[in-house]
Amino acid sequence: MSGPDANGETGSARERSGSAEGGVELRDRDAELLESLLAGDHRALARVITRIEERDPGYRGLVSALYGHTGGADVIGVTGAPGAGKSTLVDKLAAAYRERGDTVGVVAVDPSSPYSGGAVLGDRIRMASNVGDMDVFFRSMSARGQLGGLSMATADAVKALDAFGKDVILIETVGAGQNEVDVVRTADTVAVLVQPGSGDDVQTLKAGILEIGDVFVVNKADVDGAERALAELEEMVHRREGSTATPEAGAGHHGPHGGGVPDAVDADDLDDADDPDDSDDPDDSDDPDATDDLDAADDEWTPEVLGTVAETGEGVEELIAAFDAHAAHLRESGELARTRRRRYAEEIRTLVRADVGALAAEAIERRGGIETLADRVRTGETDPYGVAAEIVDPIAACLEADDPDGE
Amino acid sequence: MSVEGAERTIRCLVAKVGLDGHDRGAHVIARAFRDAGFEVVYSGLHRAPEEIVQAAVQEDVDVLGISILSGAHNTLVPKVIDGLKEYGAFEDTLILVGGIIPEDDVAELKDLGVAEVFGPGTPMSETIEFVRNNAPERE
Repeated sequence: MSGPDANGETGSARERSGSAEGGVELRDRDAELLESLLAGDHRALARVITRIEERDPGYRGLVSALYGHTGGADVIGVTGAPGAGKSTLVDKLAAAYRERGDTVGVVAVDPSSPYSGGAVLGDRIRMASNVGDMDVFFRSMSARGQLGGLSMATADAVKALDAFGKDVILIETVGAGQNEVDVVRTADTVAVLVQPGSGDDVQTLKAGILEIGDVFVVNKADVDGAERALAELEEMVHRREGSTATPEAGAGHHGPHGGGVPDAVDADDLDDADDPDDSDDPDDSDDPDATDDLDAADDEWTPEVLGTVAETGEGVEELIAAFDAHAAHLRESGELARTRRRRYAEEIRTLVRADVGALAAEAIERRGGIETLADRVRTGETDPYGVAAEIVDPIAACLEADDPDGE
Repeated sequence: MSVEGAERTIRCLVAKVGLDGHDRGAHVIARAFRDAGFEVVYSGLHRAPEEIVQAAVQEDVDVLGISILSGAHNTLVPKVIDGLKEYGAFEDTLILVGGIIPEDDVAELKDLGVAEVFGPGTPMSETIEFVRNNAPERE
């Protein structure tokens, strides 16, 4: 069974063969669409995001062309358990950003049904503060059952909003699984929402979503248990602090984000950042721990912990200040270069994996499909390792013949 | 779910517009659409026509289903349609109306560009089939 993933992958395989000249072609109709998007046409922006979601043939050319127009937006991920108040908070954040004159894009990701593929995308209901304001562009996306494809589609949708000229882009996702963790990691700054009373103190020891936060928010800070949740998060953040000072975390390496990136990549990359002439940087002064660290542990960001009441908007200004502080930290410490490199590395990996997966899927089809192959294993004719080798070996052989260094 | 891009995911906005506060029917439709494999954005209650237009444009939906029980369809639906036209979204949005609509008004709504009106008791399968058969082709 090839499953829903086959959609995006075969689409891209088709397209790859369509642009034999190398590079990714932008088709005429997409060039028009791009032009309208850059001219500020909301409908064109909406349609570009649809093409990205659909993995419409040609979407790669479109996204490639978007890249040249991106880089201007602050991208903030907001995640947390269902019911933590993410949508309401995102609504209030959008309103607060608009208040200070920024335009806002929101991408809200909801799960889709593994059975029907359908989804109810519910966050729109809570966007009450931004009614009739087209400068808040809110778009719902569903997972569409694509492993790994969700983060790619979301990252590409963010590119579209960035190219359109949004100042701030908020990515909102339910922190339910790896897919969603990948999604928020496409942001420069990640806020994790925690509900008061959402568990005993072991929860904060567990790995996963709590490791990816740059800012931790106890929403519904007016209910019982909020104080305790704040205290636990503070403790967790400082424990995390202590552990990143150990050599195994790598110098200047923002540990929680580093998964999957070889340490060697991070070791020498301060040179491509803007010269950091900011040893007494005012932005860090609100956080005494960070100032200490500036001297000691190569300006590590200490995650901020704060409380909000999204319903009333309480704490939203402070939260935005924390986002701004993190953005400033990223720029001034050279971490932004690292973060972006890490993200592009992840995007390249995801694309390559999808394309190689599509090649493998084609090879499987040529051998009669996965069920035929499975039957050959079932009847004892071969085994899964043999089949895998049969499919992958020719690809490996081609790669060996195509060593870019000519060795 | 689409394989080989043969069948793309249909996106729908289920909208409650105006003062009418009953949305059980809208919920039932939203769930049925979801189970049919569509992606459904639900607007929530008490939306102004401009809000519906904004959502339909930003979400780039194929289908806009407006549920009205209050009798205000003759004022509200034209406003939504005008808004969609303003953003160039009217041509490729399938507009459906559900709820209590008198016979005479049905013809009028259809003249305005509403594709179909579904009254009480319409079997869900009929509505879903209609969407599948009439969701606008996109180039």
